[in-house]
Amino acid sequence: MSVPQQQRGTGQLDAARLRQDFPALQQQIHGKALVYLDSAASAQRPAAVLDAMDHYYRHDHANVHRGVHTLSQRATERYENARQKICRYINAGSTAEIIFTRGTTEAINLVAQSLGRNSFGPGDEILITRMEHHSNIVPWQLLCQQTGATLRVAPIDHHGQLKMDELRALINEQTRLVAVGHISNALGTINPVKDIVEAAHAVNAVVLVDGAQAMPHMSVDVRALDCDFYAFSGHKMFGPTGIGVLYGREALLEQMPPWQGGGEMIREVTMEHSSFADLPAKFEAGTPAIAEAVGLGAAIDYLAEIGPETIAAYEAELLSYATARLGEIEGLEIVGDAEHKASVISFTLAGAHPHDIGTIVDNEGVAIRTGHHCAMPVMDFFNVPATARASMALYNTTADIDALVDALKKVREVLC
Amino acid sequence: MDLADLYRDVILDHNRSPRNFQRLDNATHRAQGFNPLCGDKLTVYLKMDGDTVADVAFEGSGCAISVASSSLMTEAVKGKSEKQARALFANMHDLLSGSEDQAPQSLGKLAALGGVRQYPSRVKCASLAWHALLAALDDQQEPARTE
Repeated sequence: MSVPQQQRGTGQLDAARLRQDFPALQQQIHGKALVYLDSAASAQRPAAVLDAMDHYYRHDHANVHRGVHTLSQRATERYENARQKICRYINAGSTAEIIFTRGTTEAINLVAQSLGRNSFGPGDEILITRMEHHSNIVPWQLLCQQTGATLRVAPIDHHGQLKMDELRALINEQTRLVAVGHISNALGTINPVKDIVEAAHAVNAVVLVDGAQAMPHMSVDVRALDCDFYAFSGHKMFGPTGIGVLYGREALLEQMPPWQGGGEMIREVTMEHSSFADLPAKFEAGTPAIAEAVGLGAAIDYLAEIGPETIAAYEAELLSYATARLGEIEGLEIVGDAEHKASVISFTLAGAHPHDIGTIVDNEGVAIRTGHHCAMPVMDFFNVPATARASMALYNTTADIDALVDALKKVREVLC
Repeated sequence: MDLADLYRDVILDHNRSPRNFQRLDNATHRAQGFNPLCGDKLTVYLKMDGDTVADVAFEGSGCAISVASSSLMTEAVKGKSEKQARALFANMHDLLSGSEDQAPQSLGKLAALGGVRQYPSRVKCASLAWHALLAALDDQQEPARTE
């Protein structure tokens, strides 16, 4: 008789046990156990990811898609295997739709430059939102300067939610592309991406979703979302830095010209002319980040084994615990209380500047982010120069939140 | 690390009640300081009477280190000659960048800011006001930065 296996996505998450998988979390900072609450900036890696990369470099490394020798074949297999894992995890239609990039930023720039620069012009509109990360603002500003297209910005309310009526009103026959974050890094808001896709598709505009913050926290199904592009980074989802993914609808990617030229992306080169490789190689000029792709594949395995639904359910509980506990602190105000929110809490503390908060809690072993979180327009909207931000992941426990609360009480003792 | 070394009493005092924290309408020189890393912005106002800093004030928002450093700066340069103010800038630069093991005696209260040396990410918080002071003396148009 076989032992019944735990079904994907239905188990209870044991964060204290999962934490043991992360070597970097097993250390002391200033003599105190590290409490890592900065995963929205960059998450830590489980040993499985480190081991996969180490094994790749020690045993399997050669350049991909090149040689007939054994190592080159192994490296190619590992690299393409990672692409397949990603394809399955986000439910893309085929591996032709999975382009490896340096990260979310490069993925967004790829779409801006390959799609936008070659087909947008004066009169065309690009719609983004007030809560975007700088990486989903600046590439579009550059594109507008290059093409004469116009950038429109959908507003947010004081809960940190999109004003959907106004967003819909901004979508019109001139709208060519809508770029929106799945989850706001500064506020934690989970945006109604499916509704936005519907509204955009009604006028034949394409939709790019910045999924950097969503991938480590929730199940992502690009076909259910029906988005045209979905961009994310390895390092925010327990994988390596220097690797990310652009998912693109195959029919669109087929029409888009290459944006960088080089090896890997060609079929034939003469001194007069080059013809280009098929997808996805067409968009992967040069030797790719092979070990990083392998590491990202291992991170996907790690997430899939726990199950994204299990992670989301656990983090929702952790978020409500953290929200309640932080509420106990005198003078603390949470910035962004959207109805649908991921495990990110931005806050201010009366009488304490975020940088002082960051230094003092670090002294207690607690790592949080302080500053503008690469979302200056969001800070401007809430009329704060900066916030402190605690962002949680699958390895955080209620004990971490308790440590943060104690450290914040210390901040008040020191400064107020 | 001992937090008390960073947040010394004189710094906490100047953060809670910053001195010369106002706009100076009859300023002869003014300059902005901007730290793009944290978004902190401040304005330093100088009223020069010949070669003397007759009055000085600042406005803006920032962390405890930045506010205290600005406040201490205004106290320190008021009534000084331009040359003395520039010399103070140089001394502070040495203190914050750690090129001097010990704060020169002449710095007085300002020596309290020396604690930031152990916190490299906070050195710019302490130096911003001083860069803005220099920019004001130089009539610099662009906001002063700490780089």
